[in-house]
Amino acid sequence: MKTVTDLSVNIAGVTLKNPVMTASGTFGSGMEYSEFVDLNHLGAVVTKGVSNVPWEGNPTPRIAEVYGGMLNAIGLQNPGVDVFIERDLAFLEQFDARVIVNVCGRSIQDYLDVVDRLGDEKRVDLLEINVSCPNVKEGAIAFGTRADSLYDITNRIKKIAKQPVIMKLTPNVTSIPEMAKAAEAAGADGISLINTITGMKIDVERQRFILANKTGGLSGPAIHPVAVRMVYEASHAVNIPVIGMGGISCWQDAVEMMLAGASAVAVGAANFHNPYATQEILDGMTDYCRRHQVTAIRDLTGGVDD
Amino acid sequence: MKTKQTLRVRSQKEIADGIFDLRLQYTDRDRIPDNVLPGQFVNVYPRDASALLPRPISICGFERQEGILRLVYRRVGKGTAEFSRLAEGDFLDVLGILGNGYDPAVLAGRNVLLIGGGIGAPPLLGLAKRLAAQERQEGKGSVTSVLGYRTDDLFLKEEFEACGRVIAATDDGTAGFHGNVVSAAAAVFPAGGSIDAVCACGPLPMLRGVKQLARKLRATCYVSLEERMACGVGACLGCVTRTTGTDEHSHVRNARVCTEGPVFNAEEVEL
Repeated sequence: MKTVTDLSVNIAGVTLKNPVMTASGTFGSGMEYSEFVDLNHLGAVVTKGVSNVPWEGNPTPRIAEVYGGMLNAIGLQNPGVDVFIERDLAFLEQFDARVIVNVCGRSIQDYLDVVDRLGDEKRVDLLEINVSCPNVKEGAIAFGTRADSLYDITNRIKKIAKQPVIMKLTPNVTSIPEMAKAAEAAGADGISLINTITGMKIDVERQRFILANKTGGLSGPAIHPVAVRMVYEASHAVNIPVIGMGGISCWQDAVEMMLAGASAVAVGAANFHNPYATQEILDGMTDYCRRHQVTAIRDLTGGVDD
Repeated sequence: MKTKQTLRVRSQKEIADGIFDLRLQYTDRDRIPDNVLPGQFVNVYPRDASALLPRPISICGFERQEGILRLVYRRVGKGTAEFSRLAEGDFLDVLGILGNGYDPAVLAGRNVLLIGGGIGAPPLLGLAKRLAAQERQEGKGSVTSVLGYRTDDLFLKEEFEACGRVIAATDDGTAGFHGNVVSAAAAVFPAGGSIDAVCACGPLPMLRGVKQLARKLRATCYVSLEERMACGVGACLGCVTRTTGTDEHSHVRNARVCTEGPVFNAEEVEL
C-alpha cells in the first residue's frame, strides 16, 4: 500500500499545509511568480521586507553573479506598509497559503510601527523580523549581530505583536546557538535562518567593485552547506521551531535542511534560476516521503542519525 | 503569459566577430507566444550549474507562424560563451516574453529615427521592420536607422536597409561616418521638425547623447536600458533605474528595467 504522507507542519501554532515557503526578497509578494506557480500549493508566501515608509534601496548595480550563487545589495527597497496592505496583502487574500510578512526598519521604533500597523490585518499569519539584511547602513543586521541587541528588539516586538514572531537570523556572527538562544529567551515564537552571507566582487579588468554598495549578500547553492550546519546548530540550541533556508535549489536540499532540524524550508535564489522551483521542490519532497514511507513530513525534522 | 520552455536551436551563425545570430524553434505549437513587441527580451539559462542567473537577451525577431525566435547577441562572458557553442538540434531553456517594448502603434505614420550602438542594434531591427510595413500600408512616415559599429564589420546593416535609409558609423572610421552614432545622427538631422520620434538602444553614455539630441530635434525619445538582473520578472528589484517621478509600482523613484522597461520614455528616466 502506498504511504499517504501528512505534509502539514506547525510553526508557532500556525498550521501550514506543507513545509515549502518562499524566502523573503526573492518572491516579491507573490504576484510576479503567480504566473508560474499556483500560490495555493505553497505552505506560505514570505513577502519582501516591509518598512514603515517607502524605501528607495541602494544605487545600481545591485546584482552580481558569482560561482554557484549571486550577490545582491538591493537595500530593502519597498513601497512601505500602507501600499503593502492595500495592494500586496489584498492580492494575497485570494490564495489559500499562509502569509508571513517580513518586517524591516532602521530603528526599533520603525519595526514597532510596522508590527503595530499589521496587528489587525487578519491575512497576516506570522511576522518574520529582518534583523539580518547586510545591505542597509542603519538597522536590520545591526540588531542581529549582538545577542543583547537581538534580545532587546525581540522583547520589544513581542510585547506589541498580535501575530507570532519569527526572528530571521544572520550567519554573519560568531555563534549561531548564542543568537538563537537570545531570540528564544526574549520570547520569539520561531527563528529562520540563514540570511545571506556578506560578500564582495571586484571587476579585475576595470579594477572596480561590481556592486555600487561594494558589499552584498551571497545566496544560492554556494551557501547551502553553511546553512545546513547553522540550522543544525540552532535547532539543537532552542526548542522553538526553526525555518531553514540558504541555497535550497532542489528537493534533496530541502529534505537535507529538515533532517538537519528545520520544521519548514524556504526557497530563495533558486526561483531566479527556475521560476517553478517551489512547486518542483514540494513534488520532490512528497515523492521522497512516499519512497521512505514517511507518514508525516514533520517527522523528518531533526531526523539525521545523530 | 510568461513561460519557461526548452527551445530547439534551428541555426546559429557568427555574423561578426563575437556576434551571434541564433534562431530558436518553439517545439510546442500551443505555447508559441501570441505577440512579441520589438524591445522585449527573454531570459536564457546557461546549462553550467555554477551560473545561477539567466542572461537577459533582447529579441531581434519573431515569426509567429513558424514559431521562431531570433536572438542576436554578443559573446561577453561564460554564459554567452556557452550559448555561442550551440548548434542546430541543441536545446536551450528560455523564459519569456519579458518586459515592455517599443509600441509600433504610436509610431505608425511618423518619421522615426532609430539609433543602435553596437549590440544595441538587434532589438531595433524588429521595430524597423514593423515601421516599414506600416509605412507601406499607410503611405506615410519614414524610418532612418543610424547604426554604430567598432569596425567595418557591419552586422545586420543590410536588413535595416530593407526598411529604410541607413547611416553607419564606425569608431575607427573604416566604414561610413567616422565617429559615434550621436554625432552621425546630429550631422544628418541638424535641426528640429523632420523627426517625430527617436528610438535608441546602446550603452548609457550613448543614450545620454541621444536624449539631448532628441530634445534638440523636438522629438519624442524612447530608450532601451540595460541593468544587471536576477529574476527578470519584477520580483527581486535588482534591475531598477532612477525615474524622474515616483514610480507607480515601487512608490519611490525607481522603476524595474525588466518590467516597466527595458523601453522607457527618455524624459521619464534619469540617465
